[in-house]
Amino acid sequence: MYSWSFFPIFQASDLFLWGLWVTVVYTFGSIVLGLVLGLALCFCRLSGNRALDWVAQGFQELFRCTPLLVQLLWFYYALPLLLGIDIDNHVAAMATLSLYAAAFYAEIFRGGILSIAKGQSEAGAAIGMSKAQIMRRIVLPQASRRMLPAFINQSVIQFKNTSLISVISVADLAYMASVVNGQTYRPLESYTAVAVLYFVILFPLTRLADYIERRLRVSE
Amino acid sequence: MSVASPAAADTILEARGIAKSFGQLPVLKGIDLALTAGEVVSIIGPSGSGKSTFIRCMNMLERPDAGEIRFRGRRVGARFADHGAEIGQGTLRRHVGMVFQHFNLFPHRTVLQNVTEGPTVVLGQSQKEAEAVAMDYLAQVGLADKRDAWPAQLSGGQKQRVAIARALAMQPDALLLDEVTSALDPELVGEVLGVVRRLADQGMTMAIVTHEISFAAEVSDRVVFMEGGVIAAEGSPQEICREPRHERLKAFLARFNA
Ligand SMILES: Nc1ncnc2c1ncn2[C@@H]1O[C@H](COP(=O)(O)OP(=O)(O)OP(=O)(O)O)[C@@H](O)[C@H]1O
Ligand SMILES: [Mg+2]
Repeated sequence: MYSWSFFPIFQASDLFLWGLWVTVVYTFGSIVLGLVLGLALCFCRLSGNRALDWVAQGFQELFRCTPLLVQLLWFYYALPLLLGIDIDNHVAAMATLSLYAAAFYAEIFRGGILSIAKGQSEAGAAIGMSKAQIMRRIVLPQASRRMLPAFINQSVIQFKNTSLISVISVADLAYMASVVNGQTYRPLESYTAVAVLYFVILFPLTRLADYIERRLRVSE
Repeated sequence: MSVASPAAADTILEARGIAKSFGQLPVLKGIDLALTAGEVVSIIGPSGSGKSTFIRCMNMLERPDAGEIRFRGRRVGARFADHGAEIGQGTLRRHVGMVFQHFNLFPHRTVLQNVTEGPTVVLGQSQKEAEAVAMDYLAQVGLADKRDAWPAQLSGGQKQRVAIARALAMQPDALLLDEVTSALDPELVGEVLGVVRRLADQGMTMAIVTHEISFAAEVSDRVVFMEGGVIAAEGSPQEICREPRHERLKAFLARFNA
């Protein structure tokens, strides 16, 4: 019978906390950058300009149809050869996570914007509002409410995906689990502790997404 | 827009030779219609005859393939200086309001905010000024007490009256109404028609697409019968609604009197 001992794990709690902090920073950083870039991508898709639409869609498909793990490895090991420069692993991690997030957020934005009835834009146009005013004041406020559950779900996925940056040696939470395992020889406790940490953080968020979704369904 | 071209001294809005197809389907085949100041013109006709498409061309929500829209004699383009256009569609829409069949109120704005949106954002009025004006118009349509309600809390008739107040708050020179009572329960039609009737009495220039033939006959100065993308008959309410001579117009009206 295996005898559990979390004591060595508790002793390493500062490593876990540091790893958690790194995970949070990369997750939030890539969410913010991903949102900005995703919105830009979405506007390219909806611009009515064939070339912009095509480029944005190509970008999205590239990042949606290849695994994030492969993207990370490619940005860290392959791209530097192509460009002839060194890319710091932290930079590669943040950039890849952000681009990956942007591809998915763009699709959420696009779906949200397209779900707003045409009559809303027309009502704005009929009182003389410009396209930008209609987007900012009429469409986006309504679309963002509808996008919220999908946005939270995608961000939960993003939080978990961040664990992949450990393969290019960024010391995030998952990476720290391996470090602690190496120090304590307690893989069961190390990896269980990390899994519990992820779960404790993300479970409330998925509940929140469900709650918002239910409330939106009632109010619409 | 204060300077009118001399040729059309009191023509507010004019459509000339408007044609429009959706894909292979020709929907409008050359329509001319002018609204003079204070005039109420009703547009009637069977479903699919192009009434909505035409009235939407009048404020460029639909872009005509051919023909032109003139506001106070000035040719309107999608953008200022488009193909020799003299004013942009934004200017046109600031001066010509529209009310839709399905109201299209902004659900994330209160009743008052719906009405002040245009005056503040488009006309640059201060919040205070816009609210004062908005309250006047909400009172006119009998909804002053609903100022802080959300659109979702209103009946269809109330929604449509807010939509009318929203259009009026822009202090337009003309209003375009597309079947503003068609989405309403029968018992709510009267309150909206009452508001439109009062606007007509106050001298508002209007084009009204409607299936309410007796209402059209009563408030209009002129009635236009559209069929198959053209104006098939046109005249006073008496000539069109009461003593129709055009065969298909007779058949069309017969369905309402049955
Ligand atoms: N955006 C569009 N795309 C394709 N076809 C359209 C579009 N809008 C209208 N049509 C078609 O154009 C024709 C005229 O439509 P329109 O809505 O102008 O008719 P209407 O006279 O207003 O009819 P109703 O009395 O039913 O409102 C119809 O055959 C309709 O299907
Ligand atoms: Mg119609």
